[in-house]
Amino acid sequence: MDRTQFLLGLSVALFCLGLAGVIVRRNALVLLMCMELMVNAAVLTLVTVAARNHDTAGAAYVFLIFVVAAAEIAIAIPIVLLLARQRRTLDVGAYTGLGG
Amino acid sequence: MTETLLLYLFSAGAVAGALVMLVARHPMRVALGLIGTMLSLASLYALLGVHVIAVFQVLIYVGAVMVFMVFVIMLLDTRDPSFVARYSRLLVPGALAAALLAAALGALLVRYGLRGPRVPGSADFHLQPFSAAFLERYWLHFELTSVLLVIAVVAAIAVVRGRGGRDG
Repeated sequence: MDRTQFLLGLSVALFCLGLAGVIVRRNALVLLMCMELMVNAAVLTLVTVAARNHDTAGAAYVFLIFVVAAAEIAIAIPIVLLLARQRRTLDVGAYTGLGG
Repeated sequence: MTETLLLYLFSAGAVAGALVMLVARHPMRVALGLIGTMLSLASLYALLGVHVIAVFQVLIYVGAVMVFMVFVIMLLDTRDPSFVARYSRLLVPGALAAALLAAALGALLVRYGLRGPRVPGSADFHLQPFSAAFLERYWLHFELTSVLLVIAVVAAIAVVRGRGGRDG
Protein backbone atom coordinates (compact mmCIF):
# COMPACT_ATOMS: atom_id res chain seq x y z
CA MET A 1 0.00 0.00 0.00
CA ASP A 2 1.17 3.48 -0.79
CA ARG A 3 2.63 5.17 2.26
CA THR A 4 1.09 8.59 1.67
CA GLN A 5 -2.30 7.06 1.08
CA PHE A 6 -2.00 4.95 4.22
CA LEU A 7 -1.08 7.93 6.40
CA LEU A 8 -3.93 10.01 4.98
CA GLY A 9 -6.28 7.11 5.82
CA LEU A 10 -4.87 7.04 9.36
CA SER A 11 -5.50 10.76 9.62
CA VAL A 12 -9.14 10.25 8.53
CA ALA A 13 -9.56 7.51 11.16
CA LEU A 14 -8.09 9.66 13.95
CA PHE A 15 -10.18 12.67 12.97
CA CYS A 16 -13.41 10.65 12.99
CA LEU A 17 -12.57 9.01 16.33
CA GLY A 18 -11.94 12.49 17.75
CA LEU A 19 -15.24 13.74 16.35
CA ALA A 20 -17.09 10.76 17.84
CA GLY A 21 -15.45 11.52 21.19
CA VAL A 22 -16.50 15.19 21.07
CA ILE A 23 -20.11 14.21 20.40
CA VAL A 24 -20.60 11.21 22.68
CA ARG A 25 -18.51 11.91 25.79
CA ARG A 26 -19.86 13.91 28.73
CA ASN A 27 -16.82 15.20 30.58
CA ALA A 28 -15.77 18.69 29.47
CA LEU A 29 -12.05 17.94 29.82
CA VAL A 30 -12.41 14.75 27.77
CA LEU A 31 -14.12 16.85 25.09
CA LEU A 32 -11.11 19.17 25.03
CA MET A 33 -8.75 16.22 24.66
CA CYS A 34 -10.82 14.78 21.80
CA MET A 35 -10.55 18.16 20.06
CA GLU A 36 -6.78 17.95 20.48
CA LEU A 37 -6.96 14.54 18.79
CA MET A 38 -8.77 16.13 15.83
CA VAL A 39 -6.09 18.85 15.59
CA ASN A 40 -3.44 16.12 15.64
CA ALA A 41 -5.16 14.30 12.78
CA ALA A 42 -5.17 17.49 10.71
CA VAL A 43 -1.48 18.02 11.52
CA LEU A 44 -0.73 14.46 10.38
CA THR A 45 -2.27 15.27 6.98
CA LEU A 46 -0.18 18.42 6.66
CA VAL A 47 3.05 16.67 7.62
CA THR A 48 2.37 13.74 5.28
CA VAL A 49 1.83 16.00 2.28
CA ALA A 50 4.72 18.29 3.26
CA ALA A 51 7.10 15.32 3.54
CA ARG A 52 5.94 13.96 0.19
CA ASN A 53 6.44 17.27 -1.61
CA HIS A 54 9.58 18.33 0.32
CA ASP A 55 7.74 21.46 1.21
CA THR A 56 8.86 23.79 4.01
CA ALA A 57 5.57 25.71 3.96
CA GLY A 58 3.73 22.73 5.42
CA ALA A 59 6.20 22.40 8.28
CA ALA A 60 6.06 26.12 9.05
CA TYR A 61 2.28 25.90 9.09
CA VAL A 62 2.42 22.95 11.48
CA PHE A 63 4.61 24.96 13.84
CA LEU A 64 2.04 27.78 13.80
CA ILE A 65 -0.73 25.24 14.49
CA PHE A 66 1.20 24.01 17.54
CA VAL A 67 1.41 27.53 18.93
CA VAL A 68 -2.30 28.17 18.28
CA ALA A 69 -3.19 24.86 19.97
CA ALA A 70 -1.11 25.79 23.02
CA ALA A 71 -2.87 29.17 23.22
CA GLU A 72 -6.24 27.47 22.83
CA ILE A 73 -5.54 25.11 25.72
CA ALA A 74 -4.25 27.98 27.85
CA ILE A 75 -7.63 29.71 27.50
CA ALA A 76 -9.90 26.67 27.40
CA ILE A 77 -8.73 25.07 30.62
CA PRO A 78 -9.37 28.13 32.84
CA ILE A 79 -12.83 28.39 31.29
CA VAL A 80 -13.53 24.72 32.07
CA LEU A 81 -12.24 25.15 35.62
CA LEU A 82 -14.48 28.19 36.14
CA LEU A 83 -17.47 26.25 34.81
CA ALA A 84 -16.63 23.35 37.11
CA ARG A 85 -16.42 25.75 40.06
CA GLN A 86 -19.72 27.48 39.26
CA ARG A 87 -21.85 24.49 38.29
CA ARG A 88 -20.11 21.99 40.58
CA THR A 89 -19.82 19.47 37.76
CA LEU A 90 -17.87 18.82 34.57
CA ASP A 91 -20.85 17.25 32.82
CA VAL A 92 -21.54 19.24 29.64
CA GLY A 93 -25.20 18.24 29.93
CA ALA A 94 -25.43 20.56 32.94
CA TYR A 95 -24.16 23.58 31.02
CA THR A 96 -27.49 24.63 29.58
CA GLY A 97 -28.45 28.24 29.89
CA LEU A 98 -25.08 29.63 28.88
CA GLY A 99 -27.07 32.06 26.73
CA GLY A 100 -28.20 34.03 29.77
CA MET B 1 11.11 -3.53 5.47
CA THR B 2 11.82 -2.46 9.04
CA GLU B 3 10.52 0.98 8.19
CA THR B 4 7.22 -0.40 6.88
CA LEU B 5 6.86 -2.55 9.97
CA LEU B 6 7.48 0.45 12.24
CA LEU B 7 5.01 2.50 10.20
CA TYR B 8 2.26 -0.05 10.80
CA LEU B 9 3.24 -0.49 14.45
CA PHE B 10 3.06 3.22 15.26
CA SER B 11 -0.14 3.66 13.25
CA ALA B 12 -1.73 0.86 15.25
CA GLY B 13 -0.49 2.57 18.42
CA ALA B 14 -2.08 5.87 17.38
CA VAL B 15 -5.46 4.25 16.64
CA ALA B 16 -5.31 2.23 19.87
CA GLY B 17 -4.68 5.40 21.88
CA ALA B 18 -7.65 7.09 20.19
CA LEU B 19 -9.88 4.09 20.99
CA VAL B 20 -8.78 4.21 24.63
CA MET B 21 -9.83 7.87 24.64
CA LEU B 22 -13.31 6.87 23.51
CA VAL B 23 -13.93 4.08 26.04
CA ALA B 24 -11.91 5.00 29.15
CA ARG B 25 -13.94 6.19 32.10
CA HIS B 26 -11.48 8.30 34.07
CA PRO B 27 -10.09 11.45 32.37
CA MET B 28 -6.58 10.50 33.47
CA ARG B 29 -6.77 7.34 31.31
CA VAL B 30 -8.13 9.42 28.45
CA ALA B 31 -5.14 11.75 28.85
CA LEU B 32 -2.76 8.78 28.83
CA GLY B 33 -4.41 7.48 25.66
CA LEU B 34 -3.97 10.88 24.02
CA ILE B 35 -0.32 10.99 25.10
CA GLY B 36 0.18 7.55 23.54
CA THR B 37 -1.42 8.73 20.30
CA MET B 38 0.74 11.86 20.24
CA LEU B 39 3.95 9.92 20.86
CA SER B 40 3.02 7.44 18.09
CA LEU B 41 2.38 10.37 15.75
CA ALA B 42 5.74 11.88 16.69
CA SER B 43 7.38 8.55 15.79
CA LEU B 44 5.53 8.57 12.47
CA TYR B 45 6.83 12.09 11.74
CA ALA B 46 10.35 10.93 12.52
CA LEU B 47 9.84 7.95 10.18
CA LEU B 48 8.75 10.36 7.44
CA GLY B 49 12.02 12.22 7.94
CA VAL B 50 10.40 15.36 9.36
CA HIS B 51 12.39 15.36 12.57
CA VAL B 52 11.73 19.02 13.33
CA ILE B 53 8.01 18.42 13.66
CA ALA B 54 8.57 15.22 15.65
CA VAL B 55 10.61 17.18 18.22
CA PHE B 56 8.00 19.95 18.34
CA GLN B 57 5.28 17.38 18.83
CA VAL B 58 7.01 15.85 21.83
CA LEU B 59 8.14 19.16 23.35
CA ILE B 60 5.04 21.30 22.84
CA TYR B 61 2.19 18.79 22.84
CA VAL B 62 3.31 16.03 25.16
CA GLY B 63 5.67 18.19 27.19
CA ALA B 64 3.56 21.31 27.70
CA VAL B 65 -0.08 20.86 26.72
CA MET B 66 -0.61 17.38 28.10
CA VAL B 67 1.30 18.02 31.33
CA PHE B 68 -0.97 21.02 31.89
CA MET B 69 -3.99 18.80 31.19
CA VAL B 70 -2.81 16.11 33.62
CA PHE B 71 -2.30 18.71 36.38
CA VAL B 72 -5.83 20.00 35.87
CA ILE B 73 -7.27 16.47 36.00
CA MET B 74 -5.51 15.89 39.31
CA LEU B 75 -7.18 19.05 40.68
CA LEU B 76 -10.69 17.76 39.98
CA ASP B 77 -13.16 15.92 42.11
CA THR B 78 -13.36 12.25 41.17
CA ARG B 79 -16.93 11.89 42.48
CA ASP B 80 -18.18 14.00 39.58
CA PRO B 81 -21.17 12.42 37.76
CA SER B 82 -19.43 12.80 34.41
CA PHE B 83 -16.73 10.42 35.72
CA VAL B 84 -19.32 7.72 36.35
CA ALA B 85 -21.47 7.90 33.22
CA ARG B 86 -19.21 8.10 30.21
CA TYR B 87 -21.59 8.82 27.38
CA SER B 88 -24.20 11.48 26.73
CA ARG B 89 -27.60 10.92 25.13
CA LEU B 90 -26.00 11.53 21.74
CA LEU B 91 -24.14 8.20 21.75
CA VAL B 92 -25.94 6.64 18.78
CA PRO B 93 -26.24 9.78 16.60
CA GLY B 94 -22.64 10.69 17.39
CA ALA B 95 -21.29 7.28 16.43
CA LEU B 96 -23.42 7.35 13.27
CA ALA B 97 -22.17 10.82 12.32
CA ALA B 98 -18.54 9.83 12.84
CA ALA B 99 -19.01 6.62 10.81
CA LEU B 100 -20.68 8.58 7.99
CA LEU B 101 -17.89 11.15 7.93
CA ALA B 102 -15.27 8.38 7.94
CA ALA B 103 -17.04 6.65 5.03
CA ALA B 104 -17.29 9.89 3.04
CA LEU B 105 -13.66 10.90 3.63
CA GLY B 106 -12.48 7.33 2.94
CA ALA B 107 -14.38 7.24 -0.34
CA LEU B 108 -12.83 10.58 -1.33
CA LEU B 109 -9.40 9.27 -0.40
CA VAL B 110 -9.81 6.12 -2.48
CA ARG B 111 -11.01 8.12 -5.45
CA TYR B 112 -8.82 11.24 -5.43
CA GLY B 113 -6.03 10.34 -2.99
CA LEU B 114 -2.37 11.17 -3.48
CA ARG B 115 -0.72 8.28 -5.27
CA GLY B 116 2.46 7.76 -7.22
CA PRO B 117 6.07 8.50 -6.45
CA ARG B 118 7.24 11.36 -4.32
CA VAL B 119 7.57 14.67 -6.03
CA PRO B 120 11.15 15.13 -7.21
CA GLY B 121 12.77 17.98 -5.43
CA SER B 122 15.51 18.82 -3.01
CA ALA B 123 17.03 16.25 -0.69
CA ASP B 124 15.39 15.06 2.48
CA PHE B 125 13.74 17.36 4.95
CA HIS B 126 16.43 19.01 7.06
CA LEU B 127 16.48 21.56 9.80
CA GLN B 128 18.58 24.06 7.88
CA PRO B 129 16.27 24.73 4.90
CA PHE B 130 13.33 24.73 7.26
CA SER B 131 14.92 27.33 9.54
CA ALA B 132 16.01 29.47 6.60
CA ALA B 133 12.53 29.41 5.07
CA PHE B 134 10.97 29.97 8.45
CA LEU B 135 12.94 33.07 9.31
CA GLU B 136 13.07 34.52 5.80
CA ARG B 137 9.58 33.91 4.48
CA TYR B 138 7.49 33.35 7.60
CA TRP B 139 9.10 35.75 10.07
CA LEU B 140 5.97 37.89 10.28
CA HIS B 141 3.83 34.86 11.19
CA PHE B 142 6.41 33.86 13.76
CA GLU B 143 6.27 37.30 15.37
CA LEU B 144 2.47 37.26 15.28
CA THR B 145 2.43 33.97 17.22
CA SER B 146 4.24 35.69 20.07
CA VAL B 147 1.53 38.36 20.11
CA LEU B 148 -1.07 35.57 20.10
CA LEU B 149 0.59 33.89 23.07
CA VAL B 150 0.61 37.16 25.04
CA ILE B 151 -3.08 37.64 24.24
CA ALA B 152 -3.77 34.07 25.41
CA VAL B 153 -1.97 34.64 28.71
CA VAL B 154 -3.80 37.92 29.33
CA ALA B 155 -7.14 36.32 28.44
CA ALA B 156 -6.48 33.37 30.73
CA ILE B 157 -5.72 35.71 33.64
CA ALA B 158 -8.82 37.76 32.85
CA VAL B 159 -10.99 34.62 32.79
CA VAL B 160 -9.65 33.34 36.10
CA ARG B 161 -9.96 36.70 37.88
CA GLY B 162 -13.55 37.03 36.78
CA ARG B 163 -15.70 40.13 36.81
CA GLY B 164 -14.18 42.95 38.82
CA GLY B 165 -11.42 40.73 40.13
CA ARG B 166 -13.59 39.21 42.85
CA ASP B 167 -11.44 36.23 43.67
CA GLY B 168 -8.23 37.16 41.90
